[in-house]
Amino acid sequence: MTPPAPIRRRIRLRGVLLSAALGLVLIGTVVISAITGQLPIAASEVIGSVLKWLGFTTSLAPVDPVVEATLQVVRFPRIVMALAVGAALAVAGALMQAVFGNPLAEPGVVGVSSGAALGASTAIVFGISAGGGGVALLAFIGGLLATLLVYAVARAGGRTEVVTLLLTGIAINAFAQAGLAFVLFLADTASREQIIFWQLGSLAGSVWSEVVIVLPVLILGTILAVMMAGKLDLLALGERNARHLGVDVEQLRIVAIVLVALLTGVAVAFAGIIAFVGLVVPHIIRMALGPAHRGLLVASAVGGGALLAIADLLTRTLVAGADLPIGMLTALVGGPFFFGLLYQQRRRRGGWA
Amino acid sequence: MADPTPLMELQSVGVVLDGRAIIKNVSLDVYPGEVLALVGPNGAGKSTLLSLMAGDLSPTSGHARLKGKEVGKYRPEEAARLRAVLMQSNAVSFPFTVWEIVEMGRAPWARTPQLVEDTDAIEKALQAVDVVGLSERRFNQLSGGERARVSLARVLAQRTPVVLLDEPTAALDLRHQEDVMATIRGLAREGAAVVVVVHDLSQAAGYADRVAMIVGGELEAVGPPEEVIVGDRVSRVYGVDVDIERVGQPPRPVIVPRR
Repeated sequence: MTPPAPIRRRIRLRGVLLSAALGLVLIGTVVISAITGQLPIAASEVIGSVLKWLGFTTSLAPVDPVVEATLQVVRFPRIVMALAVGAALAVAGALMQAVFGNPLAEPGVVGVSSGAALGASTAIVFGISAGGGGVALLAFIGGLLATLLVYAVARAGGRTEVVTLLLTGIAINAFAQAGLAFVLFLADTASREQIIFWQLGSLAGSVWSEVVIVLPVLILGTILAVMMAGKLDLLALGERNARHLGVDVEQLRIVAIVLVALLTGVAVAFAGIIAFVGLVVPHIIRMALGPAHRGLLVASAVGGGALLAIADLLTRTLVAGADLPIGMLTALVGGPFFFGLLYQQRRRRGGWA
Repeated sequence: MADPTPLMELQSVGVVLDGRAIIKNVSLDVYPGEVLALVGPNGAGKSTLLSLMAGDLSPTSGHARLKGKEVGKYRPEEAARLRAVLMQSNAVSFPFTVWEIVEMGRAPWARTPQLVEDTDAIEKALQAVDVVGLSERRFNQLSGGERARVSLARVLAQRTPVVLLDEPTAALDLRHQEDVMATIRGLAREGAAVVVVVHDLSQAAGYADRVAMIVGGELEAVGPPEEVIVGDRVSRVYGVDVDIERVGQPPRPVIVPRR
């Protein structure tokens, strides 16, 4: 009899190591992001500013009010936004993969992001504010509709074949793009420009008032997702087996889908379309930790945040004086990654199953 | 012998799917401590009957009761503590390990006093189907027969009073077929009500207490193997001429096709 304890210990150790590594990367990225920019700021000033914000006034706190303002008004909200959006997208990806029983399901690929973008731009063009949250609300609704559509069309017996999934994604993306084109056609020049740049994805100009909408959704969504982790594991056996093991499959699916739409919608509303985060991050975590969802979801949140913070740092620094669209950057890396995954799946299964 | 109150009752159940009657007026009880084999030609409705018992499907007419209550009326987690189901196909979407898969069989017992049995149930189940050495392997890397055994281990680990098995021996070699059937007998000896779909009539006759033969969605016959598995019935139902030998002590029917 192989005692299970060593396996567990090894997995737990790997989890701890991975968390520690991700945490270090995360903190490092945050500090580097905060000190890098048109106005160079010392790391000690960053730490002082954070401490001051937390209520500890130390000698490290920046003396120059411009430095303080740059950190508090420009850089910190942007960094926190990058972390939150990255985490939201990665958790949404992991959830979606669990529900579709397919590691290639991703909000960007299957058109949920486009749906959310259509909703958000409709709100921008028609000036639907709904108390400031109009863009987020319509993004959520658009994302939810797209998710439900993919879900209704692409699944059979609790699994989704890659071909069906991708074809459905193509159809939904095409439809959403058509809708976006129509909305752009109706828009005036100013909102047209706003929409086009926003569609490319960007974290520039993030403000605290937006961050406080994204953060609660992220935290609530992640906690709910982690609470469902055990049931999501059972879903990997197929819907009927999951039901035989006591999972209320219908309820689980609905909650998971609404969470995917919420997380994607809120990310898209404030950061535009940033594809492939939800694909790349859970995949790497799964390779490191295995597919059990509890660890996968938590590590994906941290990893997604770290990845997007790094990507955002690159968009600000790769070309001097310019802010590249972050969606372009993630697609540039994520596209080939996706291609590699497809190739690998196809070879392993001997077909497009 | 069998307890007088059945754990599983089908009472004149009928199933109509897309206007076609798949199951017609079948009444069948399963008692604790017995192995009931469901046999019949391909497409006769054996798997559909099993789905009715599992609660995946509601009967169009009649009643399917588990422990005296309509199967469909249970909440999923209640039902999962009463019956375990092995289906024919058992794909897993993500690369879980064998141990993790079998551990999933314990999910219904989370937050119950039976939680303490988890490790014991998993280890015994792995031993029963001879997959102990595979427990760290990824399910997706196993052969078809190994997957079938691991899936059966998951069902065994669930430790429910009713066990429903759809062709547990289909992908297995001779030795593992015999082991699995012996394990199934063991379940019944410990008091479980076991329903098992098998294709091999000799296997059904060798291990089951009772055999139910399903033909065209109807119950052709039910009873002890030597009464159900008789030459002219098998010849008529399957359209193959057979001889029935009696082998072993007590003698059990063995089917020999005339070639």
